[in-house]
Amino acid sequence: MAINSAGFVNITSPHAHGGNTTSRIMMTVILATIPGVAALTYFFGWGTLINIVLASVTALSCEALILKMRKRPVGFILKDNSALLTAVLLGIALPPLAPWWVTVVAVSFSMVFAKHLYGGLGNNPFNPAMVGYALVLISFPVQMTTTWAVPFFLSDGQTISFSDSLNVIFSNSAAVATTLSDAYSGATPLDTYKHLASNQTALEIMQQPLFANDTQGGSASNWFAGGWEFVNIAFLIGGLALLALRIFTWHIPLSLLAALGTCSLVFGWDADMYVPWSLHIFTGATMMGAFFIATDPVSASTTPLGKIIYGAGIGILIFVIRTWGAYPDAVAFAVLLMNFAAPFIDTYTQPRTYGHVKAKRGMPAKPDANKDADKNVDHKEG
Amino acid sequence: MATKSLSEISLDGLWKNNPALVQLLGLCPLLAVTGSVVNAIGLGLATILVLVGSNLAVSLIRNHVPDAVRLPAFVMIIASFVTVTELVMQALTYELYQILGIFIPLIVTNCAILGRADAFASKNGLLPSVVDGLTMGLGFTVVLILLGVIREIIGQGTLFTNMDLIFGEAAVNWKIVIFNDYPDFLFAILPPGAFVAMGLIIAVKNLIDSHLDERAAANKEQVEAGSKRVRVTGKIS
Repeated sequence: MAINSAGFVNITSPHAHGGNTTSRIMMTVILATIPGVAALTYFFGWGTLINIVLASVTALSCEALILKMRKRPVGFILKDNSALLTAVLLGIALPPLAPWWVTVVAVSFSMVFAKHLYGGLGNNPFNPAMVGYALVLISFPVQMTTTWAVPFFLSDGQTISFSDSLNVIFSNSAAVATTLSDAYSGATPLDTYKHLASNQTALEIMQQPLFANDTQGGSASNWFAGGWEFVNIAFLIGGLALLALRIFTWHIPLSLLAALGTCSLVFGWDADMYVPWSLHIFTGATMMGAFFIATDPVSASTTPLGKIIYGAGIGILIFVIRTWGAYPDAVAFAVLLMNFAAPFIDTYTQPRTYGHVKAKRGMPAKPDANKDADKNVDHKEG
Repeated sequence: MATKSLSEISLDGLWKNNPALVQLLGLCPLLAVTGSVVNAIGLGLATILVLVGSNLAVSLIRNHVPDAVRLPAFVMIIASFVTVTELVMQALTYELYQILGIFIPLIVTNCAILGRADAFASKNGLLPSVVDGLTMGLGFTVVLILLGVIREIIGQGTLFTNMDLIFGEAAVNWKIVIFNDYPDFLFAILPPGAFVAMGLIIAVKNLIDSHLDERAAANKEQVEAGSKRVRVTGKIS
């Protein structure tokens, strides 16, 4: 936006449009996470909200700092809300009771290295939030796997209080954090099921307090996955709202969930041995990954067929890494691996342009064949 | 080539044509063993030894080896010097030798060494070749140590751990703890961290170079500022 000599702002065409700006789309996505964040806070306490605030402050300061260093308009770009969205997604993805420096390292790495070193919004080949998440997951395995909060019905019917959450997150002494958080943290359902399945049957596992609902002797607030099922349903609601608002198309989320569901039904049909499909779909970061992470317009595939392949690839990778990998969840790694593949998928799934013959895929086999195809196009158009 | 002075050769090895920062050769050991300063110094010293020795030997035989078999001959020479180095390290710094493990024999495959043998030592006399080997090795070692410093501080929060492996009993107390209660930052210790740190070091070098270029260009313009012509519509030679 340039201001001309008369003091008016020059705006290029089109002058009449739907009102969709980067800033508005990003804000809509942020607002759509509210049901999921509310569910997370209800079941697991204040940690997620504290993380989101801390991540937002870090993200905005990092972005402002690096924009200044890159000599870009700071205020204009900060207003596009993309840094805020990355921060919110990271705040949700990180364990609620993770120490503050984990959040700060993840957010600043995602802003500086994953986003701005590649040229800022629109040029990043990898999803910044997931790069930050993968970095801290690899670097601090202890802090990232032992600080998941347990649902309130497993800790005397209440979540960790606000001041205690602050104490755990910002305490510099490891001892204080450990004693406080030990009472309120535990393994996630996915991890628990995977480890129990090696020597217990599905029926026995479902008797565990983390999985049992009130008909099985557990808490009435539980359904089958220790609160995570409601968190995922909340993210599903937010995601469907975004779909209805046409922020993204159905291709990626649907193919992701279909591939993950199919894999877990086919390979994991034996619930005594493997995590059942219901847990794959309704625990961990599945719904958030399907609707909020994988649909990132910058790093995802862009053609219709490409989106389906991209989503299915993420779904398959999530199942593979969850089942045979050592990490408790797999969405971050699956998304990053498919980000690698997205440009390749796009090259081979170019749709036919109206009035042209079917697009040539990859390099032409012979120069002559290429020439003939061009002639055909000219003929048709002529 | 032959007209280069010794100081030019040194500047090439240390900065302008640094094997690690500009030629990007020998990245495998560079990225693999720079987790701490002591490993970096150990591998750097070994590389200098091999590089000086191989350059010296290659320069001596340069007029007697036919072109067709020069590479096998160079590789034989390098392999011999690597074996010598390996035995020396085994004798003097056994623990460090065990830590560096496979990366000592792998110096044979360090393309920086074969590259210098073929590109410089086989075309130049004895003294320039030795100087080239020494400065190239030093340039490589400096980058290794820099990476070691960065990765040890970020990865473990310490500096100069285990320096007694090279410098003997006197160095036991050299360890500096920079952060207390530091949670190990595994990313910096693992190879990906080395890639990122390496990229940042190259970026800083390019930044310095472009500043130097700008300053040189500014100096030049000042000298040429005496022109009286007002309208210039083309390149005047």
